[in-house]
Amino acid sequence: MEKGTYRVKTGFAEMFKGGVIMDVTTADQARIAEEAGAVAVMALERVPADIRAQGGVARMADPQRIQEIQAAVSIPVMAKARIGHIAEARILEALGVDFIDESEVLTPADPFHHIDKWQFKVPFVCGCRDLGEAARRIAEGAAMIRTKGEAGTGNVIEAVRHMRLLNDQIRRLAGMSRAELVSYGKELGAPVEILELIQEQGRLPVVNFAAGGIATPADAALMRMLGCDGVFVGSGIFKSADPEKRAKAIVVACTHYDDPQLLAEVATGLGEAMPGIPIEAIPEAELMQHR
Amino acid sequence: MTIGVLAVQGDVREHLRTLAWLAVEGRPVRRCDHLVGLDGIILPGGESTAMWRLMTATGLADAIRRAILAGLPAFGTCAGMILLAREITNWPETFLGALDIAVERNATGRQVDSFEARVVANGLGELPAVFIRAPAVRALGPGVRAVGRLGDEPVLVQQGPLLAASFHPELTGDTRVHELFIQMCRKGEPWQHG
Repeated sequence: MEKGTYRVKTGFAEMFKGGVIMDVTTADQARIAEEAGAVAVMALERVPADIRAQGGVARMADPQRIQEIQAAVSIPVMAKARIGHIAEARILEALGVDFIDESEVLTPADPFHHIDKWQFKVPFVCGCRDLGEAARRIAEGAAMIRTKGEAGTGNVIEAVRHMRLLNDQIRRLAGMSRAELVSYGKELGAPVEILELIQEQGRLPVVNFAAGGIATPADAALMRMLGCDGVFVGSGIFKSADPEKRAKAIVVACTHYDDPQLLAEVATGLGEAMPGIPIEAIPEAELMQHR
Repeated sequence: MTIGVLAVQGDVREHLRTLAWLAVEGRPVRRCDHLVGLDGIILPGGESTAMWRLMTATGLADAIRRAILAGLPAFGTCAGMILLAREITNWPETFLGALDIAVERNATGRQVDSFEARVVANGLGELPAVFIRAPAVRALGPGVRAVGRLGDEPVLVQQGPLLAASFHPELTGDTRVHELFIQMCRKGEPWQHG
């Protein structure tokens, strides 16, 4: 019996496909997410919109908060560690968190490196803006990738940008010779072995979700149309007028993204969505995606 | 022969890939009309609560229950086993309730306790198996046979045209459990209702 193998980690991520992973800050919110049909919850102290508004240093959630959420639901519980913060990740692993998000939504802890994720039994998901970033995270042992988007904005444009860019770069690999792959790998900052794997499969070798700015059922459907395996919804649910109804609608939209009639039904009468922020209104230094 | 794979959420692609390796046509099942003409249906791994919410949102849950009760062969892996079970010992709901077993959800604990092991199955030999937050079979009804075991624990069970595994044969590249299910599907008539 062998625990924590790469197949056990990536296989777990395969089980999330077609699903919605929701940010929650309390046990009550976690129960609402489970009841709505979330495939997992992300236990946080503040949703990204509040982190953005309040500023300061954003850290791993208090273990007590995470344990309360673990006790409240039967679905997997994820939690965020700061980029490069090995100790936060070890604490989350000790708490029995099911998946760690090494996340740009929190304030980075290491200016040089991400966590060496091969050293852990718990699987990790990491953000990316393009193929180079995705390949580096996979080389470090990430068992799942998500496009970053721009968290806490309720604005889907960055999520679309990152997914389009990723798709385009994966398409460009097809037909490249080994020599071309080496040059392209240098350009992207990506290990050539990982690029070879992606070239062979025509897709990332791990599950890829979309994240950052998804606020409506239509946003979730859009990201699925662009080819992602599922979506993370951060502030979009519990910063809206009717979280229960919106959560259910986003779950249905994520599965039935190619059924416009059903999308129209579930998108009806949801009340106010979260307030959105135009990307141009955010000072460059406050963009989370560059972390 | 056409075998459906419930495609509301979960590792649908891995089951479709395995069927393709065995030269059997696989069909993603998202709506009731996708059931027409199927010789069997696979309920994949995923989150059983999420899958059930999605199945009930469109009437698919009732349509699949009717088909299974009328004899459509079904094969559930992990969450799919939970969907099929008559009783869930640690959850207030029962889902399809068609297979006479009692299961405990997430019986092996959290993801850090998920594991790979080898399962011994009657007539199939030793199988590589991936257990992910796996359910445990706590009781078998009189008509249910333990086909595969991990140690003493039943992990692959059969009752008439119903087959269920607490692990994920679709993740390993080993096709023997799917071959067993395909044999079970050859015995009946294709399902004709949506």
